[in-house]
Amino acid sequence: MFTATQRDLKNLRVEGRYRFVFMAMTVLLVLPVLIILALLVVRGGPVLSAEFLFEFPKNGMTAGGVFPALLGTIILVIVALLASVPLGVAAAVYLSEYAADNWLTRTINLAIINLAGVPSIVHALFGVGAFVVFFKFGTSILAASLTLAIMTLPVVIVATRESLQAVPQAFREACWSLGATRWQTIRAVVLPNAVSGILTGVILEVSRTAGETAPIMFTGAAFFLPFLPESVFDQTMALSLHLFVISTQVPGVPEGLPYGVALLLIIIVLVMNALSIGLRTYLRGKKKW
Amino acid sequence: MARSAEAIDERNLAWYLDRAVRVFVFVGGISAIVLIIGIFVFITREGLEFATTTLNIKEFFTSPRWAPTSETRPTYGALALIAGTVSVTGTAMIVAIPFSLGAAIYIAEFATGKTREVLKVLVEMLAAIPSVVWGFIGLSIMNGIIIQLFNVPIGLNVLNAGVILGLMAAPIMTTIAEDALKAVPDDYRQAAEAMGATRWQVIFKVVLPAARNGLVSAVLLGVGRGFGETMAVLMASGHSINIPDSVFDSVRALTATIAAELGETAVGSDHYGALFTLGIMLFVVTFIINLTADLVVRGIKKR
Repeated sequence: MFTATQRDLKNLRVEGRYRFVFMAMTVLLVLPVLIILALLVVRGGPVLSAEFLFEFPKNGMTAGGVFPALLGTIILVIVALLASVPLGVAAAVYLSEYAADNWLTRTINLAIINLAGVPSIVHALFGVGAFVVFFKFGTSILAASLTLAIMTLPVVIVATRESLQAVPQAFREACWSLGATRWQTIRAVVLPNAVSGILTGVILEVSRTAGETAPIMFTGAAFFLPFLPESVFDQTMALSLHLFVISTQVPGVPEGLPYGVALLLIIIVLVMNALSIGLRTYLRGKKKW
Repeated sequence: MARSAEAIDERNLAWYLDRAVRVFVFVGGISAIVLIIGIFVFITREGLEFATTTLNIKEFFTSPRWAPTSETRPTYGALALIAGTVSVTGTAMIVAIPFSLGAAIYIAEFATGKTREVLKVLVEMLAAIPSVVWGFIGLSIMNGIIIQLFNVPIGLNVLNAGVILGLMAAPIMTTIAEDALKAVPDDYRQAAEAMGATRWQVIFKVVLPAARNGLVSAVLLGVGRGFGETMAVLMASGHSINIPDSVFDSVRALTATIAAELGETAVGSDHYGALFTLGIMLFVVTFIINLTADLVVRGIKKR
């Protein structure tokens, strides 16, 4: 029979202690954020209302709603997606379906990692130098959205590539053996089986794009506009920049207002994230292969 | 009757379409390379002329005086800005490294089932909070806490920005570190346990050494993230040009300087060029950090 020796007991105690320390660290990492979120809800919650969402800012942005900023964020995200999703999916299709394991592929992967790692303010400088000045788009929705698109391109590429690579090779081989070309196979077999995975990545990208501030500050987002944009060559307000402006640049803003904007931004981002995580978990559960 | 080889190998519409798609996705594939080169070219195009003519390189790296708008003699000393970035990133890493590695060990080695899933989702959510919201938290919540807790006049300082940045960098570091721990084959753990090692001995003597490269790369990517973070640092660090003596001093970071000043500069002016020069420096440093992290990770895959 097994009897615990003095040594076993000591080991067990030590292990318990380590386990506790690591658990405490995890809790300490997550806890402050939960407290902060709770604070945002308590202080920002009362501000959120239909008027807050659908009214223009009033009295030099010290009262009223956030409608033009909210709409601006939605427009910026949509235009950014129009640019980054086709490009990102094409890149992922190339990497997953065509690329050989050679220096070019390794260079592309390295470029993707670096594109994701370049500071957001450097992306902003690039947006100014390239889109605003060189291509003469001016400070506009187009310039801001393209800057955002480039910044979040790695998110689409990585998510799409993963979901394409998850499609079993046998599916492709079965299609090829019927005489289909590579593209016919991709269109009829690979993409349909990966589409929900791609969607997961796109939703995640929406969440990233909506929260970014630095890349749009000088490329197309305005501090305040009394009217809505009419084309992609106009400037727009954006929620993220609006939060920065009313919490640092405008005097006399009532305390609740920035909390309301912060809460709204967090809700948009976290709902998108939860959708993406939920979709991923659901897909993992019902995978056919 | 069997068709001839030429007839089967017909160049019909499907063939041409296939070719066209191949070209299209190839263009998509190399777009990442084109873009990363494009970023470097465009920020260099705007900054190089200033950096090679007007800028005094020695002054840039040794003078703490950043006064690009001075009427009499504009000076472009980035030392205080570099000190600001380094002090904030350093504080952030002191906060983030132990907690994120601890959390990664707990999630990968101890937590099971539902707890594990919930913790992973929470960490992922943490990573999603936008940096401007973090900045606002630093400004409105952390500021008050620091003033009360340490009895100092201003709460917007190295400590504030460092803690905020630490909380921002920790989720990414946790995720990458956890992946690295998970990538250690279970055989290693079983072999160690079979020899009578306890759980923590397995972790410290077997798993952590085996995952060393992945952990180093997690830390490097965290540093890169902290180094390049803009809005949170701009809002929480106090934004005064200063070589800090203590964590309660306000500082100004490289990224925050660009964000705060670019709006006021005329395209093509010296000040504009100076900000792009800071951008070139940021680009090069983060490029090196990311490259190193990648090489370190590649080190594990080779073994």
